Amino acid sequence: MTAAARTVEGGGIDMNFISRTQDTLHRFLDGDVWYSFTQSRITIVAAIVTIILVGASVLAPFISIHDPFNPVNLNLMDSFTPPVWSEDGRWAFPLGSDDQGRDLYSTILYGSRLSLFIGFASVAFSMSLGVSLGLIAGYLGGSVDAFIMRVADIQISFPGILIALLIDGLARALLPGESHDEVMVYVLILAIGLSQWVNFARTVRGSTMVERNKEYVQAARVIGVSRLFIMVRHIMPNVMGPVLVIATISLAVAILSEAALSFLGVGVPPTQPSLGTLIRIGQDFLFSGEWWIVIFPGMTLAALVLAVNLLGDWLRDALNPKLR
Amino acid sequence: MIALIIRRSYQSVVVMLVVALLAFTMFRYVGDPVSMMVGQDTSLEQREAMRVSLGLKDPVPVQFARFVMNTAQGEFGISYQLGRPVAEILSERVPATLELSLVAALFAMLVGIPMGVYTALHPQKWLSKAFLTISLVGISLPTFLIGILLILFFGVLLNWLPTFGRGEVVMLGGWSTGFLSGSGVKSLLMPAFTLGMFQLTLIMRLVRSEMMEVLLTDYIKFARARGLSNKAVNFGHALKNTLVPVITITGLQIGNIVAFATITESVFQWPGVGLMFIQAIGLVDIPIMSAYLVLVALFFVIINLIVDILYHVVDPRLRVDGSGAHG
Repeated sequence: MTAAARTVEGGGIDMNFISRTQDTLHRFLDGDVWYSFTQSRITIVAAIVTIILVGASVLAPFISIHDPFNPVNLNLMDSFTPPVWSEDGRWAFPLGSDDQGRDLYSTILYGSRLSLFIGFASVAFSMSLGVSLGLIAGYLGGSVDAFIMRVADIQISFPGILIALLIDGLARALLPGESHDEVMVYVLILAIGLSQWVNFARTVRGSTMVERNKEYVQAARVIGVSRLFIMVRHIMPNVMGPVLVIATISLAVAILSEAALSFLGVGVPPTQPSLGTLIRIGQDFLFSGEWWIVIFPGMTLAALVLAVNLLGDWLRDALNPKLR
Repeated sequence: MIALIIRRSYQSVVVMLVVALLAFTMFRYVGDPVSMMVGQDTSLEQREAMRVSLGLKDPVPVQFARFVMNTAQGEFGISYQLGRPVAEILSERVPATLELSLVAALFAMLVGIPMGVYTALHPQKWLSKAFLTISLVGISLPTFLIGILLILFFGVLLNWLPTFGRGEVVMLGGWSTGFLSGSGVKSLLMPAFTLGMFQLTLIMRLVRSEMMEVLLTDYIKFARARGLSNKAVNFGHALKNTLVPVITITGLQIGNIVAFATITESVFQWPGVGLMFIQAIGLVDIPIMSAYLVLVALFFVIINLIVDILYHVVDPRLRVDGSGAHG
């Protein structure tokens, strides 16, 4: 085969890929899910709010006024500047500044970045853990299933926030003091993730037990496909619908849990504030009249969680065949 | 029925043993208990003597058995930070948390159930829509933010209500209560509202969806066809059947209230066990952490047990099913 022929062939595959993507897009735009999305005004608003908040936090380094984590930018003389529309407000600090002279607008951008990162990462963690355990429990059955589900039963009877608090507290006790600041973010992801895997595992186990007895799985078994391959390539794609819904709702819960833990002072270190940490800092200054340090991060957090919750609600209805 | 209680109690004991094992592992292996208790100038010999006197040299199963025995008798050891027996600190702080949780739970139920019934019966009225919007906001606003906003309005701006602590407490035997003094009741209002708000929205939404489902069933149509009054149908037939899942979820939520009390207590500096637990985490005070763990687990296990039994009492179908299937 000559080089030219190979290029042509390569180009063919490329074209094929593009038209396939277009097909998928068309099918999606024609489908029920997209239709129900366009029919719900509140969902569109929620999606826009989510996109703006996520986009703003991703672009934080470019659209913020200064980097609030860099002490060079901070001047204590600027601390407690009120928002720009009040009497002493300055354009350098559109939403005011906090006790260390950090611009609140920039800090909120970076704070939501951290909150969203921890939220997404912990959901990814609890989803992979829960889906794997659910698949294993549902497919293998027997004592493995009984063991996993017993653990899940015990765990679900305790609230997630307590489990996260406990894991967090243990990690604090086990880790040497100096390394706290760097690893706390990952400890939080682990703690929040571990407190949420049960919902995924239960749902996936249920649908796996249904799928396991279907003909396509039996066919795969007959031709000698390994158990791992059946679980991952055949069953998993068929049980992921509800998982998507749970993941969306879990994201809201995870963001709230992170905020709660940081608010309680056992989350991320104050040098690298998340939205919860900012609210914690602001609470100390509530009585002296500096309300903006609490209100703006609080409103951002509430808007984010509300938008994600609304998206989750809509997704649950849109993917539920009973309601169509 | 008795078989069920025995079977469930057996499960509860297993759960408690698992939790005790966890608490024991924490106590024994997270940090060195001896160096936590003594000062830096204690000699190695003294430490060794202390290790023996505390029984840390015994085989681990023996230590665990002793830990379980002590815990069962309410002996949780001595707090590293405060140097006082944990049991003593707990007994001072438990009343505060229980009073707060009780009032919050009552508030959530007494307001949440009527709101849920109303929104189910009149889904199109503007008040129902207002309730639903409020409930969505209530679910999305974090507990601590609600607390802070309340403090800002009623504490700082209006100066009507105290923003921290329990106010004046009256001692009744070993129980300190805030119900009997004016400042105690006033201090209770905001924390109880904060804590109950989330549960209220949850109960309201649950009652609403259950009730709407029940209202569509044939026996409700039949009851209407028989010419029964709206009141008899809605409250005598529909609400009664709605209450089964509501009891279960509400019961389990009482456990959640105690858990979320940690956050509320932290916002309002309420001197309960939740605040104690948060402070213990910050200070790595393991005996308090493990005592709280055991206590909360016990509370949860008891609630789960009661809810399970109540479920069988309320729903006769389960009774028949249970005795048939399990002999």
